[in-house]
Amino acid sequence: MVDGLVLKSENLPAAAERATLSRGLGRSYGDSSLPAGADLPVADATLADRLLGFDPASGMLRAEAGASLFELNRVFLRRGWFVPVSPGTQFVTLGGMTASDVHGKNHHVDGCFGEHVRGLKLRLADGRIVECSDTCEPELFRATIGGMGLTGHVLEVEFPMRPIPSPWIWGESRRIEDLDLMVAGLKEAAREWPMTVGWIDCLARGAKLGRGILMKGRWARPDEAPEKPPPRKRRFRVPIQFPGIALCKPNMKAFNLAYYWKHIQRVRRGILHPDAFFYPLDALDDWNLIYGRRGFTQYQCVLPHADGNGPARRFLERFVSAGGMGFLCVIKDFGAEGKGMLSFPRPGMSIAMDFPIHPTKTPTLVDRLNELVIAEGGRIYLTKDTFTRPEHFRAMEPRLEAFNAVRRRWDPEVRIRSAQSVRLLGDPA
Amino acid sequence: MKAVLFGASKGMGRALARLMAARGDRLFLIGRATDDLERSARDLEIRGAPAPVKTAYCDLLAPESFAPALDQAERELQGFDTVVVTAGLFATQEELENDPQLAARVLAADFTGTVLFCEEARKRLLAVGGGTLCVFSSVAGERGRKPVILYGAAKAGLSQYLEGLDHKFRARGLRTVCVKPGFVKTGMTAGLKPPPFAGQPEAVARRVLRAIDRGRPEVYTPAAWRGVMCIIRNLPRFIMRKIEF
Repeated sequence: MVDGLVLKSENLPAAAERATLSRGLGRSYGDSSLPAGADLPVADATLADRLLGFDPASGMLRAEAGASLFELNRVFLRRGWFVPVSPGTQFVTLGGMTASDVHGKNHHVDGCFGEHVRGLKLRLADGRIVECSDTCEPELFRATIGGMGLTGHVLEVEFPMRPIPSPWIWGESRRIEDLDLMVAGLKEAAREWPMTVGWIDCLARGAKLGRGILMKGRWARPDEAPEKPPPRKRRFRVPIQFPGIALCKPNMKAFNLAYYWKHIQRVRRGILHPDAFFYPLDALDDWNLIYGRRGFTQYQCVLPHADGNGPARRFLERFVSAGGMGFLCVIKDFGAEGKGMLSFPRPGMSIAMDFPIHPTKTPTLVDRLNELVIAEGGRIYLTKDTFTRPEHFRAMEPRLEAFNAVRRRWDPEVRIRSAQSVRLLGDPA
Repeated sequence: MKAVLFGASKGMGRALARLMAARGDRLFLIGRATDDLERSARDLEIRGAPAPVKTAYCDLLAPESFAPALDQAERELQGFDTVVVTAGLFATQEELENDPQLAARVLAADFTGTVLFCEEARKRLLAVGGGTLCVFSSVAGERGRKPVILYGAAKAGLSQYLEGLDHKFRARGLRTVCVKPGFVKTGMTAGLKPPPFAGQPEAVARRVLRAIDRGRPEVYTPAAWRGVMCIIRNLPRFIMRKIEF
């Protein structure tokens, strides 16, 4: 828990006037939405959530940056529209989706959210309010997409919603015995399916290393889908903070084992609720309390895979040998790199895992993983990061100089900054 | 339902307007900042309110704006059956004590302005055989309390007025709904420390819309505040002098 000064108002441009950073729903795992210093105010965008224009012919939507994906789904899913790219939670704002340049299960075909953004309205550090797009201030536009909110306060976002044949998902999931089969399965599935992702039991070793479940999906055709729209999913709340012992190794092993063997059939096919497919964790409010008082972190990297599945294997081996105990480990093959200057995805295999924070072991573990990522020519996802060292980040980000140059041009005094930019980019605290 | 909404661009008013839009009610927005109202009008159209949602200028501190705004609403909606007032001003007791001009504005808007607007709206509703007049007062008007002395006094007067309206005109078809929100997490209360039982605007809006549909004369929201205020109303003075609630 971090104490800070939050400015929350329906009038986001006014709130941003005094703020050094804007934040949305605060679901970034790391410190990117936290203030650079305890006395520096942060604008909370969540009340600036109006939909400003929607063209049912083209699907083009313009909305204030605080509008959440949850609201968009509530308004549009039943009418046959969905965002072009959805991350793994719907508790995210459009401003956050832009700043993190989020990716989803369809990255191999549709790229990141930023690829679809047509225009942004920003409040710059000097108070000017500007529009930017591919044709108008394109550098600022490209730096803002995936720029972690460091180029200006995002006020409005414009992008096309996508028509869907029904609001249900047709899914297929398959139990996979090891990493080679998982990587091959993802690559094969990418050719036929618009949405794919794999879950890995990251405590399995040896021959079982990388075993897991491969999930594939597409929007269901009207003749396959139930006639009714998906019902509102009941959400459950984690009532208390779990004691630290809840996540001891045997429990984590048991969880991973149960998750794997719950999929007792080799293949399952059928109609899925879109929430169950896109946002499995959203069903549990405050699920982070399971991790107890110390909390947890997530590590996500992408590894180029010119030489097959070697990098992913080396990564998992390193993770296990460095004493890592993961809970939820997700693997996904990425498509092309996007337009965002600091955008995370690039062609290769992405691995994300959650683990509880240990005050001494976790920073060491992240260091060991980062060393491997640098050696493999990969990089990490800033939205998930809390522990990376600045020298490691610089080593994996040759694009940082170009990003810094744009930032300096629009904000020479570095007014807009975050705890993360202090840690990684050397901004003043 | 054909409704005139005063103060729907923010907070609980915004949440209530969205619920009404989602079920297809016809809406007309009035308020101080017309540019901002236009943005809210587009939001409500996309969420299901029959387009176009029109707007007009109306300011609680400018009673001369009341009649023209309601005239325009009558023309655009071809008559209305519901008026909802969520507009109002808020400031903390400390701010009001230190700034008499601010206190004058808050008292004028939350009592005199709101009551005069309701008089204008009530006449029009009665002229067409009745309708619903839903006004947001506050639990702050339930008892003189240290943190809301001035704001609470204006809201107490408003609640009393609305109760009188209900007694006199219910038989003639005017359904008065007096909403008494407890602490609700909106832009208005951002920066204040939320007490237990703090509510969310969406949940408040659902409860208020049910009260409007059923014509309930009084609604506490979140519901727990009915019990909280029952206790507060009955506490002896020597305790009220000691506590800071």
